[in-house]
This record gives sequence, structure tokens and C-alpha cells, in this order.
Amino acid sequence: MSAIATTSRATRRRPLRIWPTGLGAGGQVSLGVLVLVALMATVGPFLVAADPNAVDLSYAYEPPGRWFPLGTDASGRDLLARLVYGSRTALLGPLFVVLIATLLGTVLGLTAVWFGGWVDSLAVRFIDAVFAFPGILLAILAAALFGAGLTAAVLALSVAYLPYVARVVRSAALQERNLPYVAALRVQGLPGFAISARHILPNVAGLVVANATLCFGWALIDLAALSFIGFGVQPPTADWGAIVGGGLSGVLQGAPNEALFASALIVATVAAVNTLGDRLLTRSEATR
Amino acid sequence: MSPLLSVENLTVDLQVSGTPRTVLRDVSFSVQEGQTVGLVGESGSGKSMTVRAVSRLLPDGARVSGRIRFADQEVLDLRGSALRRYRASDVAMIFQDPRAYTNPLRRIGDFLTESMVINDRVPRRRAERTAAGLLEEVGIPDPERRMRQYPHELSGGLLQRVMIAAAVAARPRLVLADEPTTALDVTTQAEVMRILIRMQREYGMAMMLITHDLDLAASVCDETIVLYAGEVVETQPTRSLHDDPLHPYTAALMQARPEIHQRAERLLAIPGSPTTAYEAPPGCSFAPRCRFAQDVCRTETPPIVPVGAGASRCLFAEELRGTLLDPLAPDAPEHLLPATAEVE
Repeated sequence: MSAIATTSRATRRRPLRIWPTGLGAGGQVSLGVLVLVALMATVGPFLVAADPNAVDLSYAYEPPGRWFPLGTDASGRDLLARLVYGSRTALLGPLFVVLIATLLGTVLGLTAVWFGGWVDSLAVRFIDAVFAFPGILLAILAAALFGAGLTAAVLALSVAYLPYVARVVRSAALQERNLPYVAALRVQGLPGFAISARHILPNVAGLVVANATLCFGWALIDLAALSFIGFGVQPPTADWGAIVGGGLSGVLQGAPNEALFASALIVATVAAVNTLGDRLLTRSEATR
Repeated sequence: MSPLLSVENLTVDLQVSGTPRTVLRDVSFSVQEGQTVGLVGESGSGKSMTVRAVSRLLPDGARVSGRIRFADQEVLDLRGSALRRYRASDVAMIFQDPRAYTNPLRRIGDFLTESMVINDRVPRRRAERTAAGLLEEVGIPDPERRMRQYPHELSGGLLQRVMIAAAVAARPRLVLADEPTTALDVTTQAEVMRILIRMQREYGMAMMLITHDLDLAASVCDETIVLYAGEVVETQPTRSLHDDPLHPYTAALMQARPEIHQRAERLLAIPGSPTTAYEAPPGCSFAPRCRFAQDVCRTETPPIVPVGAGASRCLFAEELRGTLLDPLAPDAPEHLLPATAEVE
């Protein structure tokens, strides 16, 4: 009787889990912080009445108060509105960097591993060559060539981050490729593409996701830094990095709110992303 | 009739941390259509490497020389899609540990149908029906339910039957079975072996069975090949192998195995330990462990020569024939003693 019950349970589809488990308390808190930040970027702009770009110099450097919950900046723009709208560019930028770098890096890593030989050597050379360029430098070069702006910065950082992803995928796939089950698939005559995409990729997916999460944190900092020095998001568009840059003069004039709040958001988001990425990495290694 | 598979002078070197190491030396044999050939030897003797060379699954950096012919194809020259076609439809492989040889993330049904869908462009539904039929043939009840399960939900014996079903799915002409029952419970070993043999007969496939179990080889194989240190030391029809081994190593292997109906005071172990091909001494590689060994055995490399119905790689194969299994036989027969003993 009990045997029947066990087997029928085994065949039933597992229920879809939305909230991931096995991340520990730190991971859960980080995930919570990130959900809040994501909500801020998606629905936040609909909840904030103020226009983030409305200039009114008579309200410059207002402290937080009834009309301006977080105060205003040097041009009298509402800081809360700017931070909420700024979260969109601050998060979308790294998101695209991670998506592009992960997609291309995974393809490069899997291709290098499958073909091996000179293809692999070439891929490794390419990875090493791109590694030699700091991401920021590449982005400044791109800004010099194509003009400052978010698109150029995102594309340049995508290229800069590609080798990180490719290297992680390559080393994980290399181990996976030497596992016996891959030999069994090869002897069934399956093409390399099918084995790489349908078998190796799912087995390294946990690592890819964890790595993408960590990359998101670095990309957010890099993009914020680029906007801070003026090569990224261009004024008057709100962006956390640009807000910190614009708030520098305020710091000197005794109104540090602008730089402070934007920096706090960057730090909180990146800390949460890094913690989560770390936990995901531990989890994916534990299940390997 | 030309053989289905013929291996000629196969030599394989593997790269182990930069230095080449020989694992197979001058291996030659052939397998006829529908024939069952046993590959017997201790660990490290090159059994697995031989079938891996046939299925072209040798590790990266392996250097291979010699010829492997399958029907009309030069197996060692196959590349790209020709190699894929050869693996997909000509040979199949069954491995020792079915659990390691299945992707834990994919369902059983997926494993069975993937090759049919991708290689033979069979519609998924039909592939699933075929797979279910195959599972029933290998004695797995309720195949539809099993196909929805993951490898970890099946016992080793069941999983090995799934592997057998997957191996015959493409109707290969040759099955390479690498110790297919070694990792299984003793109780299921016989059952799985029976299914494998039945499927082989039913589908008319040839089979190379790797085993270190001489009794198993005796009961299922037409021909037995004995490997030692990467060399073929004896080949013989299995019928006569048991009563009339041609190489001292084969005889020693047979004496080292416990008899079930006879209480043995102590088992006859082969002195020394098995050598691999790259550690083999000059001369006959079995000489250091051979109780019949002469001085000449340590200097002269014996060729493989036909003896009776088989062949043996022993300098004294003819002289020793018939005395190898006799535990009381003089360790060095008189007429084989060094020349000084004869001068009187």
C-alpha cells in the first residue's frame, strides 16, 4: 500500500516553486531587497506624482519635508522622483550588460569546450586579451568613438564582461564534458550542438545564473561610475550614478542628501546582489 | 566471409601529464556478424580501451595506430557526420555503471527517444511508442510511467535494462558491452545478462562482452580474447578455452577462481600484481608472474602464433599445451630447462 503511494508521488510533477529555497537568511533578505528595488523601478514611476526633470531654482537644496519627501537638488528637482526614475536606467543598464554578456559568453564557452583543439585555444586567447582591458576603459573608448550615452556604455561593458562568463562556463563545461554520461550520448551519435545545449548547459545553468547575478552587481557599479564621470547616462535623464555626480557640489555646500541617498541605493543594491550571487554560487556548487 | 569488425595491429598511447603511455600494443582480432566475443583480463589490461577505440571514445590526446575496419568503413578515419552516423546506427555501447552514464536531469523517456528524434527524424510520438515497446521487451512493466521518471528513481538493474533498450533502439550491428553487470546486485546480474543475450539474439547483433568473469564469458561467448598488459595473449573458441588454455596467464586466471562445488583450502593466486602496458618488462610481459618462465622469456618478445583452434602469445605454447592446468606439473618442464642441464 505504502509502496503504491510512494511511486505515484514520485511520478507527479513537482509544483512550480516561485521563491527559491536553500539560500540562507542573508540570501533571503538580499532577495527581498532586490524585489523592492525592482518594484521601485517598475511601478515606482507610476506612484510618484512629481516630474523628475521639473526645474525650480527657488526650491534648490530643500531639506526633506512635506512637499519634497527626500528634499531637492541644486536645480530644485524632487529627489525622490529622480531616485525612483533613476532606478530604471540604473537597473536596466546592468540587466542588458548581463543578458548580452551571459548569452554570448555561454555560447563562446560551450563552443570552445565542444570543439576543443585550436577553437578552444583561440577562445582562450580571446578571453585573455579582453581580460587585459578594464571594463571602464573599454567603455570610455566606446564613448570616445560613438559618443557618450547609455547604449555605448552597455555594449562596451557587455564585451568586457563576456570573458568572465565564458571562462566560468568553459571550466564548468569542461568538467561536465568529461563525465561518463556525455560519452554515452556521444556514442549514440548525437551531434555536439544537441549535447551541449540539451545536456551540458542545463547541468551548468546554476553556475551561469549565479555568475550572472554577480556580474549584475559589478556592471551596476561600473555603469554608475561611468555616469558619475559623465560618459554614461546624459543629463537631464535621472540615473543613480549621475545623481551622485551631480550631488558632489551639494556635498561641499552642506547639502549632502542628493549624493548620500543615491549612493545608499547603489550600495544596498550591489550588496544585496553580491550576497545573493554568493549564495546562489554556494548552492549550485552544493548540488553539483 | 569478411568479418563485421576487424582490428589490426591496434596500438594506443595516452597522454598522461605530458608523457605518452602505451595502453594497447599490437592488438588484432575480428568479430563476425552475429558473433559474441568475450574480452577477458585484469583491470588495466586494456579491455575498456579496446572497445573505446572501436567506438572512438578514447580520451583527448590519444595516439592511435593500426586499423579498425567495420564492414566497409575505416573507423579511425571517420570524421564529423560520418562518425556520428557510425555511432548512431552501427555500434551501440552499454556501460558498467548505468547511473554515471545517464544525465541526472533528463527523464528516461527523453534519454530513449532523443537519438531517434534527432538522428532518425522520427516524430516524437512515434519515438515514444517505440521506446515504450523496447522497455516492455527488456522486461520493464508499466513503461509509460517509467519514461516520465528520472534516473535516480530507478534501481541499478532497471536502469541497466533501460541502457540495453537504448542500445538496441537504433538496431546496431555491434553492441559493445563494458562489464554490463559488474555494478549490479548479484541477484539482478543474471537477469540483466539474460535480457542482454536475448535482445542480442533477437536483433541478430554481434556483441563484444568485456568481463573479468571467465565463467560468464564461458557461458555466453563464442570466442574469447584474453588481454594482458595491453596485449592479446590468447584467443580461442570458448568451448575449448576452459579445458585447454593455450597461455599460462589464462590457465592461472582459471585456477585463481574459487570452485563453487569444491571446498578449497586456499586459492591459487597469481603471484605478483598485474602490469599495465607501459610498465611491462622487456620480453614476455607475463614472464615475472609466470611459473613456467625461462630465461629466454625475459629477453625475447613472443609473437602471437596459431595453436590448435586459437592463438597464443607464448614462446612455449605448443610444449606446455595440456599441462598448464595441472597444479602438479613441474614448474619448468625438463625439456625446457636451460641447455647446461642437458650437457652431461
